[in-house]
Amino acid sequence: MVNFTQLTVKDIAKEVKDNCLLGIPADYSGVPMSVTIEIIKNKVKGLRLYCLPLTTIQGDMLIGAGCVNEIETAAVTLGEYGQAPRFQDAIENSKINIKDSTCPALHAQLQATEKSVPFMPLRGILGSDLYKNRNDWSVIENPMNYSNTNDEKIVILPAVQLDVLIFHASKADINGNIQIGRRRELATLAHASKKVYVTVEEIVDEDFFDCELKAAATLPSLYIDGISLGKNGAWPCGLTDYYDIDSNEMSKYARAAKYQETFDEYMRDFISQNYYSNI
Amino acid sequence: MTEIFQSEIIISEITNLLKDDKHVAIGAASPIPGSAALLAQEERKNTNSKLQVTILHSQKFNNFTDGSRELFDASAQGRIDTFFLGGVQIDGEANINLVGTGTYPKLNKRFSGSFGSALMYFVVPKIILFREEHTPRTLVKKVDFISAPGTSPSNIFRPGGPKYLITNRALFSFNRKDKKFKIEKINPEFSLDEVIKSTGFEFKTNKNLKYFTMPSQKRIDILRNIIAQKLLNFYPQFAKKLWFS
Repeated sequence: MVNFTQLTVKDIAKEVKDNCLLGIPADYSGVPMSVTIEIIKNKVKGLRLYCLPLTTIQGDMLIGAGCVNEIETAAVTLGEYGQAPRFQDAIENSKINIKDSTCPALHAQLQATEKSVPFMPLRGILGSDLYKNRNDWSVIENPMNYSNTNDEKIVILPAVQLDVLIFHASKADINGNIQIGRRRELATLAHASKKVYVTVEEIVDEDFFDCELKAAATLPSLYIDGISLGKNGAWPCGLTDYYDIDSNEMSKYARAAKYQETFDEYMRDFISQNYYSNI
Repeated sequence: MTEIFQSEIIISEITNLLKDDKHVAIGAASPIPGSAALLAQEERKNTNSKLQVTILHSQKFNNFTDGSRELFDASAQGRIDTFFLGGVQIDGEANINLVGTGTYPKLNKRFSGSFGSALMYFVVPKIILFREEHTPRTLVKKVDFISAPGTSPSNIFRPGGPKYLITNRALFSFNRKDKKFKIEKINPEFSLDEVIKSTGFEFKTNKNLKYFTMPSQKRIDILRNIIAQKLLNFYPQFAKKLWFS
């Protein structure tokens, strides 16, 4: 018996409301594809995606399905499978807004929220067109008097709090703690999000805090609002120690997503297949 | 003498540029720089100057445990000596564009995005720009969008920046004072005139212009017997195409 209430994937998808700011994990930190399909089925609109620091098929699908109004990211790409076609189309035809960023800035904005401070300084960025196009970013002179440089300029970035974060992980324990391994960016995302939902491959009959080694690789249940058990929840993306990325499916998606019509066809087929358990 | 592939020559040239490094990091989708770093590491294995290689794309060769921000934190502190960046466009002042071509934000052709370049380009002492395609389309007079600038004014913290640009046709060095590239080496399959014509920006010529150096048989053996196997784990498509087809 577990000491938390299990949700279904559908329950989690319902928590993603129109216009909310949704945290998107990178392809290496557990992409919640099973929930993403349910969000698309729910015809959610106006989502703002906050990627840490990039997205692959998840973001491209949500954009292609018309769920997205804005994306803040350092990159959208299908990696070895090429550019992200629905994202490209949306930008080239002004269908969505983009806040072009850089990886460390996306981290720093969430770290500001973790510490509950209003902004975070970051090196670099100045002189780029990223800075010119971000009116929410600012620049100050280093206010610390021990600096050796006169009028040293440094960028400051606003704290960002997410409405909802969803990711897929390998294991939950009986008390609802989540194993994230060394994917600590999931902890950063969770600390900076009002609500956090997780899908897991398995629930194990132990408490990770009984073992110091496991505890160090754990996101504690105090940050988690709901867990759903479901195998292959990241498919066709991979999950460390569980399964590799599905090359055939990714190639199939990359081909289909080139045009809106073939993308729509692909999605109709994808949705009708019910690939995931415990929907 | 066995046939040596073009990619192996470039890997070997990059390996030569890593000579004095202590820690080289490799970002997303960089099989050639990744091969070069692992080759340099292998060649220095039994010496006193060990090379640390962090390949973010790999589980085994990713030395970080504090999430994906650790690369940027470590770099800002000066713990990474060399990093590689590419670009849709690179211009004569070493500005790089990873965002797309046309007028931002409604671009003619959108590419993936700037990744970590807007910090890494400032803080890593030796940035090697790597772009295989050497044409007026990739090496331009002025980039359409600056993901990260080649140089900065003196009141901006900038211990790092571009040191080299390597393509399938040439190796250039970059001088941040005069903001210009200078050609150092040329692929013997091309003339200097051909390289000038295929480069969209002006660069300084070099009286001591050299050819790309052919890797020694010993180096080729290490590359094919040891590095190729390692690469299969995290750049399988690249490794299979080059060494196992």
